[in-house]
Amino acid sequence: MKKPTLITTALMAAFGLAAGGAQAQISDNVVKIGVLTDMSGAYSDLAGPGALEATKMAVEDFKAKEKPSFAIEIVSADHQNKGDIASNKAREWFDRDKVDVVSELVTTSTALAVMKVAKEKNKIALVSGAASTRITNEDCNDVTVHWTYDTYAVANGTAKAVVKQGGKSWFFLTADYAFGQSLEKDASDVVVANGGKVLGSVRHPFPGTDFSSYLLKAQASGAQVIGLANAGTDTTGSIKQAAEFGVTPKQSLAGLLMFITDIHSLGLKATQGMYLTEAFYWDANDETRAWSKRFMLRAKKMPTMVQAGQYSSVMHYLRAVKATGTDNTQKVMAWMKTTPINDFFAKKGTIRDDGRMVHDMYLMQVKKPDEQKYPWDYYNVRQTIPAAEAFQPLSASKCSLVTKH
Amino acid sequence: MVEIFGVPLPALMGQLMLGLVNGSFYAMLSLGLAVIFGMLNIINFAHGALYMAGAFLAWFGLQYWNIGYWQSLLLVPLVVGAFGIVIERTMLQWLYKLDHLYGLLLTFGLALIIEGLFRDQFGVSGQPYAIPDELSGALNLGFMFLPKYRAWVIVASLTVCAATWFAIEKTRLGSYLRAATENPKLTQAFGINVPVMVMLTYGFGVALAALAGVLAAPALQVNPLMGSNLIISVFAVVVIGGMGSILGSILTGLGLGVIEGLTKVFYPEASATVVFIVMALVLMVRPAGLFGKEK
Repeated sequence: MKKPTLITTALMAAFGLAAGGAQAQISDNVVKIGVLTDMSGAYSDLAGPGALEATKMAVEDFKAKEKPSFAIEIVSADHQNKGDIASNKAREWFDRDKVDVVSELVTTSTALAVMKVAKEKNKIALVSGAASTRITNEDCNDVTVHWTYDTYAVANGTAKAVVKQGGKSWFFLTADYAFGQSLEKDASDVVVANGGKVLGSVRHPFPGTDFSSYLLKAQASGAQVIGLANAGTDTTGSIKQAAEFGVTPKQSLAGLLMFITDIHSLGLKATQGMYLTEAFYWDANDETRAWSKRFMLRAKKMPTMVQAGQYSSVMHYLRAVKATGTDNTQKVMAWMKTTPINDFFAKKGTIRDDGRMVHDMYLMQVKKPDEQKYPWDYYNVRQTIPAAEAFQPLSASKCSLVTKH
Repeated sequence: MVEIFGVPLPALMGQLMLGLVNGSFYAMLSLGLAVIFGMLNIINFAHGALYMAGAFLAWFGLQYWNIGYWQSLLLVPLVVGAFGIVIERTMLQWLYKLDHLYGLLLTFGLALIIEGLFRDQFGVSGQPYAIPDELSGALNLGFMFLPKYRAWVIVASLTVCAATWFAIEKTRLGSYLRAATENPKLTQAFGINVPVMVMLTYGFGVALAALAGVLAAPALQVNPLMGSNLIISVFAVVVIGGMGSILGSILTGLGLGVIEGLTKVFYPEASATVVFIVMALVLMVRPAGLFGKEK
């Protein structure tokens, strides 16, 4: 028990020193990456310290492989899932600390706030953890890339699969902020488009602890499927309490945004048979396994798609800086958008004009307890959703960068 | 079907019942806070963290030492209570003469440290704790299926609250305690060991938090943030009930649970805020809280 704490502390101390030293020597020959994430709140398991670890891995791997002539530094901060804290920190980083790129940004409200600051300061924002499609629609801009997934992609995969299995009538339990509303809307559209119907929804404050009242409402609606348009501890709490109140198995649950950490926390008994859509599964192929096992050694748990995506996005950015020989925002963005992404996370991924990085998504079904062979063996990959279908088509985009042309 | 403001009666009854369950947790936690504030004049911000520690200790017990739910119900409050006594002896006892603010800051710091340690070790996703076999399943109340475990929570918490109230208001020991609060010097002059009583009181208040934690473990996910999610509402309950009032904290705890439950029926978006609206309203009319005495 004691060892990991010591190691983490030592790492943090070493990291703190590195960050402190950087402020003294401000040079144009330094690329500074800001990791702005939820370090301690509801999303810190799926992003947080693990995302920082993934960033460090990306920088180390890049240095070892590409031998860049410039120095690379990482700074990180906890945005506490609050938009105002996030935008203040980003402003401070850009103005005072010469940070070139702010990354991760789990929680839609923080991503939306930081994107605006990045645009104003003409710096780059790489979004991995945030989910809302607003990032590449109403609120899109030309300095932001939305890397890992979005509400359309996860709702599309899961809702389609569940409706096809016969779950035609839906009721939504929604986290009451930009992300939850976005997820509910995207999932509702998919349900209706595939011949299902939506009976109603209830919105709960974020973060919640007791979901029984909402579950009772969902139960009373008589819907076949209860769509969980929330994330993290809200989702795990809902699933656990649904079983307690006898909502499941009479009605089935669809976790519209679930991460492997949620499955790990709830156990297979409570989650078996659930469908979910993810951008990444550590046990998908040799490449993902190799990277994930390295991650596991450092972070003591398997990576979520957010953490894997974080590595991928930072790596692509660093390659862009090396290839263009500058940290000029427009030149780097142009390179990133014209160069396909081929790594363990994405194959032939491309960044569209609206800032959406499109890549294959995977429809998973959670294994039964007796199917599990080793730790973290949680999913059967049921379907690969090709990049072209996985994300919202550009034709439906509300992004001004796209609709202008 | 009978409807009230467009909500069917059975649904409303169901939500009231759930409000009562949540109210039971509020009552137990705010009772501990009230006892500690009443006797020690300490605003115990570490209460939420100790509640969380109680839940985690129960989980440890089950996971590693094969200690079941029922044993935990007894053991965990003892262990956490002892830890509370250590805190009182080593830190809090130096602060009684100072402004409330010092105790608040110290316990707030402790809460952050305790929470941080758990978060570092276990992450925030939480650990599952199964409902004991005897209490799994549900009761058919006609208007709803109430899980047996939730019914048990109401019964257990009401019993504990009533017993505490009785012990403090109606027994000889309680009268010593109250006397020690009123005038510690004079009470000591009568040969009563006031520092020991104060120490045990803090231990008891903390043990109540731990007991609430064990009760909560099977109902909610055991998670390092479970205390901080709850503690602000619990403080509002204490303020509404009147700082330090035993009966006030119990009744307000249950009452606010029910009000919150009703809000979840009519306007769920406001359910996290309603406690604070009530607090503002009460403070405007009665600055010392519903059951508090003006000084």
